[in-house]
Amino acid sequence: MAAHQADAAAAGAPPHRLRTEESWGYDRRNIDYIQHAAATGLYEIRGMGAKRHLPHFDDLLFLGASLSRYPLEGYRERCSTRTILGTRYAKRPIELAMPITIAGMSFGSLSARVKEALGRAATEAGTSTTTGDGGMTEEERRSSKTLVYQCLPSRYGFNPDDVRRADAIEIVIGQGAKPGGGGMLLGQKVNPRVAAMRTLPAGIDQRSACRHPDWTGPDDLVIKIQELREITDWEKPIYVKIGATRVFNDVKLCVHAGADVIVVDGMQGGTAATQTVFIEHIGIPTLAAVRQAVDALEDLNMRGKVQLVVSGGIRSGADIAKALAMGADAVAIGQGMLVALGCNSESWVRPDGRHVSAVADYATLGTAPGYCHHCHTGRCPVGLTTQDAALELRLEPAIGARRVRNYLKTLNMELATVARACGKQDVHHLEKEDLVALTVEAAAMAGVPLAGTSWIPGVARRPEGD
Amino acid sequence: MARVTTKPASAGNSREFDLANVALREVNRFLHQDAANEGVAQVRVLNPDGAHSVACGLNAELEVEVDGNVGYYLAGMNKLARVTVNGNAGPGAAENMMSGLVRVRGYASTGAGASAHGGCLVIEGDASLRCGISLKGGDIVVGGSVGSFSAFMAQAGRIVICGDAGDALGDSLYEAVIYIRGDVRSLGADARFEPMTDQDLAAVKELLTTAGFKHAPGEFRRIASAKSLYHWNADANQEY
Ligand code: SF4
Repeated sequence: MAAHQADAAAAGAPPHRLRTEESWGYDRRNIDYIQHAAATGLYEIRGMGAKRHLPHFDDLLFLGASLSRYPLEGYRERCSTRTILGTRYAKRPIELAMPITIAGMSFGSLSARVKEALGRAATEAGTSTTTGDGGMTEEERRSSKTLVYQCLPSRYGFNPDDVRRADAIEIVIGQGAKPGGGGMLLGQKVNPRVAAMRTLPAGIDQRSACRHPDWTGPDDLVIKIQELREITDWEKPIYVKIGATRVFNDVKLCVHAGADVIVVDGMQGGTAATQTVFIEHIGIPTLAAVRQAVDALEDLNMRGKVQLVVSGGIRSGADIAKALAMGADAVAIGQGMLVALGCNSESWVRPDGRHVSAVADYATLGTAPGYCHHCHTGRCPVGLTTQDAALELRLEPAIGARRVRNYLKTLNMELATVARACGKQDVHHLEKEDLVALTVEAAAMAGVPLAGTSWIPGVARRPEGD
Repeated sequence: MARVTTKPASAGNSREFDLANVALREVNRFLHQDAANEGVAQVRVLNPDGAHSVACGLNAELEVEVDGNVGYYLAGMNKLARVTVNGNAGPGAAENMMSGLVRVRGYASTGAGASAHGGCLVIEGDASLRCGISLKGGDIVVGGSVGSFSAFMAQAGRIVICGDAGDALGDSLYEAVIYIRGDVRSLGADARFEPMTDQDLAAVKELLTTAGFKHAPGEFRRIASAKSLYHWNADANQEY
């Protein structure tokens, strides 16, 4: 007897009646949402990215080499991962050992120790890291060989000395987790150091602007980029980062505005504090965004001239290989780096290497390892997204740096392995032709054939045997 | 690209650039790098003809005078330098300035002094919309009036307005303070008039003196944040 029948029988109802069927429209998630709204009169703010299931790189597969293509030998034949960003106008483009960069995350949302760990790992792995809303810290400048400095709408801590000591500048128009929305840092994370860097009183809930103060629209952006080039004597690459929405048009406008590099952040991108309604309902999946971005660059004959960096839910070497095959020049990873540092882990690691359970601290926040999205509280059980003097000690920069470096190394090895299997001597030679899709949705979004067919939804089908 | 053709101006350690003949890039690079090496302290720029980013990113105690109208981002991100424009300025004049003094003898367009962290911007004529938006510690003195949405989200610093203001003045202010002599069409969310203290009168006097304006500080009214937006979720956790 099925469980619900047993329940029904126990309740004295006829055994064939279903008594415990959950409503699809009013399931426990929706009931909880409505009752939370009714109790507080406020929308929910939380960390991490979209939780809903979305078409993603998981829905693509590689066609490895067989008879029609030669694979390369896994451990003997070279497969280059070298990546150069910012070749269009900048006198000093960024040269990286791998096409995997660390995405912009603010000091404020993360502790200074985390920023330091990320910088050290990026430097050891030969890649770049990025500042965030709240400015550049000494820790990250010191620890990062290649540091991308973000110019955000809030301009917190933005200053010409840091512009001059940055290696590239990234103008942030939007973020995948919240295109069209500004930042948010709740008072519990605005400690005196964070407050001073942002020129705000400590402890207040701090709303970042969603529009830049000194320009509006794509024609102004042309002039803003020129200004930053003039300030830096045309030396540093200028990136423009957009949250993925109308990607095809936005990428064209970024090219027109004079960007050296365009960063497209899909809706799976993480956040430390954003309204849930933004996270789950605004923006398009990374998979769809990459294709639109590449289409726009091809339309303008700008592929290879303006580099494309893709971010938003990139976790594995396979994800990176697929993004590159679709036409990205590099990826940026934020949330994955935090997971590497211990986000949602059951324990944190002491300097002597001993693990200490954090389960009780997750429980205090009303969550458990594997389910946590509580970065906004500033009470991160593993000491990452916090400004609390005691909690932040749970991340030892040296240990964190080692874990992130290992993660970067693994990703890069996986990427090269996939590329070799597809017969490429350079990971940048991966191409769309190497991909097929598992679902009709992914085939349509990525513009690759459904596996086992020559069908790309939206593209006229070739006659059989062609 | 035009070659750098400069001719010494009358003073010993000064230099003159004619933007009709020299690329802006060369002028800015001179101001950033060569001026200090060559001991040049005064620079005159002729025929800007609406050029953008004139004298931006300066980082030394230079005296720069621009004869004519400039486009966007005059003296953007200025540090230490004193820049004067004998004309009007386009959007974002002295945006994100850190220190120094920028003076516009004519009018300034939108976003003048946006996110300035320090220094002083003097606009002798009117300033357009969003003057002093996101101000972060700089001072702005406007001889005429300012457009709507001025001082939006201004975090720190002082804005003195000798004329009137448009709508939504000081919307979502943080710790910045506005002093206004004329009328305010409307205040923005969370902005309110407050009584002038002796400290306020002294501040206005100091800023008017810097700007060279002759009004009596007592004619100004103070606007600051009511701080009701400091905690957006003040009512949270009041379950019922
Ligand atoms: S473990 Fe820390 S970083 Fe991860 S979701 Fe929870 S609060 Fe955020």
